[in-house]
Amino acid sequence: MSKVRVLVGTKKGAFVLTADGKRENWQVDGPFFAGWEVYHLKGSPVNPDRIYASQTSGWFGQIIQRSDDGGKTWMAPGGGQQKSPQGWPMGESNRFVYDAAAAPLTTHQWYDGTQHPWEFKRVWHLEPSLTDADAVYAGVEDAALFYSKDGAHSWQEFPGLRGHGTGPQWQPGAGGMCLHTIVLDPKDPNRIYIAISAAGAFRTDDGGQTWKPINKGLRSQFIPDHDAEVGHCVHHIAMSPRRPGVLFMQKHWDVMRSDDGGDQWREVSGNLPTDFGFAIDVHAHEPETIYVAPITSDSLHYPMEGKLQIWRSKTGGNEWQAMTDGLPQKDCYVNVLRDAMAVDTLEDCGVYFGTTGGQVYASPDGGDHWKPIVRDLPAVLSVEVQTLS
Amino acid sequence: MIRLELPHHLRTLAQVSGEVTLEVEQPVTLRRALDVLEARYPVLRGTIRDHDTQQRRAFLRFFVCEQDWSHEPVDEPLPEAVATGKEPLLVIGAIAGG
Repeated sequence: MSKVRVLVGTKKGAFVLTADGKRENWQVDGPFFAGWEVYHLKGSPVNPDRIYASQTSGWFGQIIQRSDDGGKTWMAPGGGQQKSPQGWPMGESNRFVYDAAAAPLTTHQWYDGTQHPWEFKRVWHLEPSLTDADAVYAGVEDAALFYSKDGAHSWQEFPGLRGHGTGPQWQPGAGGMCLHTIVLDPKDPNRIYIAISAAGAFRTDDGGQTWKPINKGLRSQFIPDHDAEVGHCVHHIAMSPRRPGVLFMQKHWDVMRSDDGGDQWREVSGNLPTDFGFAIDVHAHEPETIYVAPITSDSLHYPMEGKLQIWRSKTGGNEWQAMTDGLPQKDCYVNVLRDAMAVDTLEDCGVYFGTTGGQVYASPDGGDHWKPIVRDLPAVLSVEVQTLS
Repeated sequence: MIRLELPHHLRTLAQVSGEVTLEVEQPVTLRRALDVLEARYPVLRGTIRDHDTQQRRAFLRFFVCEQDWSHEPVDEPLPEAVATGKEPLLVIGAIAGG
């Protein structure tokens, strides 16, 4: 029978939630890396027992963890005793060094508009390769894309992105200047989409060597040129693997859609009560069915009127319906962060999201009905789902 | 042999409990102590001082013999009591964030 494994990153550790295909009775394991922020963890589509995790701390920096048994045990790749040619042990898994030789370390805009040097802070998102369990991408703050081809032992930057030339116009959002979204094209291994707050979306068509901004159609009131090439605060991008090239975006404000790989965007906010939010995802089997978690505004990071709502469109945007059955409809003032929504691939597509109040909700029927899997975790930073046979 | 005490999260990361004892060449300095620590526990590289600049991470402090050693030169010999193992070298996570 099929099984579902939900990987939850929180402010104080990681949790692994498992259930059978009915998705009614859940086992909660964790916390793993207790007390550390776990920004993201995600399993390899090639080997589901291979899971990568980003463990981070303002005190102690960045640690990459890896599990090879589905999250039961973990190790820091490269963190153990390894002999270098000189005899000294090596430990490289946590070392993210910008490739200053290929792209000089320049500056980006700081909050006050002055220029500020690039400084590595943490890994926001890990995206395992679609074809190789040892290969994984990492989106980091300050914004850059890294890649490991040895199971997270060592990391190299794709300097062409940071060195694109528009860096001085990039600026941090409230959470920092982070590369938080990585979308791999299942049909074209050379095509990758990424998003940065607040620079916008970028695409490579040559496996990461060169990048181009894909922000045409985005309008942002908080930058002097509302239609600028870069500077937009893209919160998240989702794509159905069944239909690469059609992208859905939750921007700071506005829900957007592109039908041509990001070359042009159009707004599909339609009848949403507010089009501010962070999370967005696409149904596993219906490429026109999308989900967002509307948040009141950029100043009020909680649901409107204290009612937790997921909105679903079955028409690829514009026409939306509130899906609230099972969700609290009063006194609820949590947020749903950008990486905290995911879907499974069971026949009845399950939808999952986590909140900053520590709840993880699941809907086994595409959003019609919701139940909490767990209510009292630390603030949820990310949710990913693995569908296991 | 010197004694070094790590904060809770780094003990968990290095999978050690209690103090760590290290054989450090004389004269014992902060740099030498951390070099030996990181050589034995490579997972700690980057958690106490930056991978490349070797600068102390901002929210960590070093205490020895009831003195804050955080701003002392890293090649300055540590007090005799630390070098002989009578007193531990403490790596402390700063109180920050409420």
